[in-house]
Amino acid sequence: MISIFLPGAILISVLLYFNRNKIVNYSLVIFYALFLATFAIYQAFHQNSIELGFFKSDALGVLLLLTLAVVAIFALFHGYRYIATHDESRKSRGLFFSAMTMLITATGVAYLSNHIAVTWIFVEITTLSASVLIYHHRNTQALEGVWKYVFICAISITFVFIGILFLSLSLKQTGVEDLSFDSLRDNYAQLNPFWLRLAFLFIFTGFTAKLGLVPMYTAGIDAKDKAPAPAGALFSSVLMNLGFVGIYRFYAIVARTEILPWANTIILIAAFLSVFVATVYMTRIKNIKRMFAYSGIEHMGLVMLGLAAGGIGVYAAILHIVLHAFVKPSLFFQFNQVYRVYHSKSIYDVGNYFKYNRAGAIVLLLGFISSTAMPPSGLFVSEFLIFQSLFVSHHLIILFAVLILLTMIIWGFGSNMFKLLFTPPMIINEARIPKISPWESLSQYLLLAFAVYLAYNPPMYFVNLIQDAVKLLPQ
Amino acid sequence: MTDILLIMFAITLLYMSIANRLLTYIRLLVLQGFLLFGVTFLALNQINVANLVLILLETVIFKAVAVPLFLNRVIKRNNITRIAEPFVPNFISLIIITLILVITIVLSNSIKDTNLDKTFFVVALSTLFTGLYIITTRRKIITHVMGYLVIENGVFILSLAVGNEMPMLVNLGIMLDIFASVFILGIFFNKIGDVIQDPDVNQLRNLKD
Repeated sequence: MISIFLPGAILISVLLYFNRNKIVNYSLVIFYALFLATFAIYQAFHQNSIELGFFKSDALGVLLLLTLAVVAIFALFHGYRYIATHDESRKSRGLFFSAMTMLITATGVAYLSNHIAVTWIFVEITTLSASVLIYHHRNTQALEGVWKYVFICAISITFVFIGILFLSLSLKQTGVEDLSFDSLRDNYAQLNPFWLRLAFLFIFTGFTAKLGLVPMYTAGIDAKDKAPAPAGALFSSVLMNLGFVGIYRFYAIVARTEILPWANTIILIAAFLSVFVATVYMTRIKNIKRMFAYSGIEHMGLVMLGLAAGGIGVYAAILHIVLHAFVKPSLFFQFNQVYRVYHSKSIYDVGNYFKYNRAGAIVLLLGFISSTAMPPSGLFVSEFLIFQSLFVSHHLIILFAVLILLTMIIWGFGSNMFKLLFTPPMIINEARIPKISPWESLSQYLLLAFAVYLAYNPPMYFVNLIQDAVKLLPQ
Repeated sequence: MTDILLIMFAITLLYMSIANRLLTYIRLLVLQGFLLFGVTFLALNQINVANLVLILLETVIFKAVAVPLFLNRVIKRNNITRIAEPFVPNFISLIIITLILVITIVLSNSIKDTNLDKTFFVVALSTLFTGLYIITTRRKIITHVMGYLVIENGVFILSLAVGNEMPMLVNLGIMLDIFASVFILGIFFNKIGDVIQDPDVNQLRNLKD
């Protein structure tokens, strides 16, 4: 099905770019959404089938592809609302949807890639399409955001490539020339540990740009801030998952070799620093959209802590990225409506949101509870399991430090959120506030509820997918 | 013979560390392109001819002609001053690049892998770090791009080290070259020239917390 989906999706993307007619444009987007959903469901029913030699629909790929399909369909709907409320020119509308569909396609196909070089190529395509979205507004700040994003992503993609070269050096004596993940996992015993270490270091560093982890997280923050909110929602959920897939598939090889403890130390350091950086920024940040972006850094830090701790932590890590991919977009989608009310991202210009849009305010409140992992949030379950795995693996100092940092994050996040919801703003012209239909918040409620449902009453199919994905690691 | 070319390549790095004018950087990039052409021609003797011709054409046309010409055009078009404006004195830069070379030589001597051609490894790694160093110590955006091109040259040398076994990786490296450079330079630098009058990184410091 990839042989149909990939050319079809690229064709749709090209048509969207050239088409100037509104009705054709929207029907193409709707058709694409259906096409994506069909593709995801088809892959779910054909698990572990190999297509085109390079793609394999394993459990991890299918799980994240289904997540992508749900989030992407809502993101396309909010993209439509965004374009409709901004009086975009025909050209910029076409370019926006063209880049959105390209980004979604490249992300989805990269999930299923079973070859490290193919993953690399599609990650590069996501950079390209994401930069078009970041530069959507064509002003100096957007230019700065896109310049930093492209430059840092170009360097990190080069790092991944260097990692692949070192990996091939570690295979040089063995005669194995197949760089697919399956073949590498089977031949792990023949890999030269020295080159494998270097390969891990570079590939991990390279993928942190997409995952949003120290050291390469910076570009992603500016990107999520400057891109239109529906695109920001994709960057902070499914695109981060792509970084996770890249690291996880390579980690599955490393986990079989003698360098595993060393690799775990690297991951622990990067993950802890990410939570720390997120705390520092979130306690004093004044830009709401950037605060959401930093919250993503915190969550990815927790995910990687779970992965490095091992045991139940790996299960929790995969559960956490799926749930996070439902929770974070709902905040970004809602932010778009907040911006339409106040025309500002600064915490000083907003407030009393309950008065202007009640349905939306409840979304923000629930989103806050969800993303700080307070019960009944779905993320509570996965975070609890991550902490449990840290406890079991005797990382007590890290555990306590992270718990303290998380408390500070809740304080920082909460003080900004409650200011936005309840305290009146300094200056506001109430006559200019647009009326926003509560229906526009429906998708956010659905996403948040879905995250709760998956955490507390998971269907067997979902649990099996995660357990199969965990089985990529040696038990 | 490859060793001579690679050592000349390492010398261009030292020269780059003390270069003052942007034109010198561009000329050095041209020279590096031609050196890489020679290295590719001599090193990749086991792959099929069509692929070799493709790779050779890429190194010459792309690395030695097209990108430098384009850089030159960008500098003229955006009225960028000719000085590279480093943050650190040239003398210190020279010492740091020398240190980078020495450290990579020491590092490569600690590797017990008989299959590895150490000259490739040393030159590739030191080129990589020199590129990163140039990015961090120069003020203009265009010199950041040049630093990135230097990094790409380093990656290209590294890919040649495994080129005979896995020519696919060399081709991928070329794809990276063309994609990233064309993208960064082409679409983008023109835009920076239009929006920002003075292409200095200080102009790009508005996004922060």
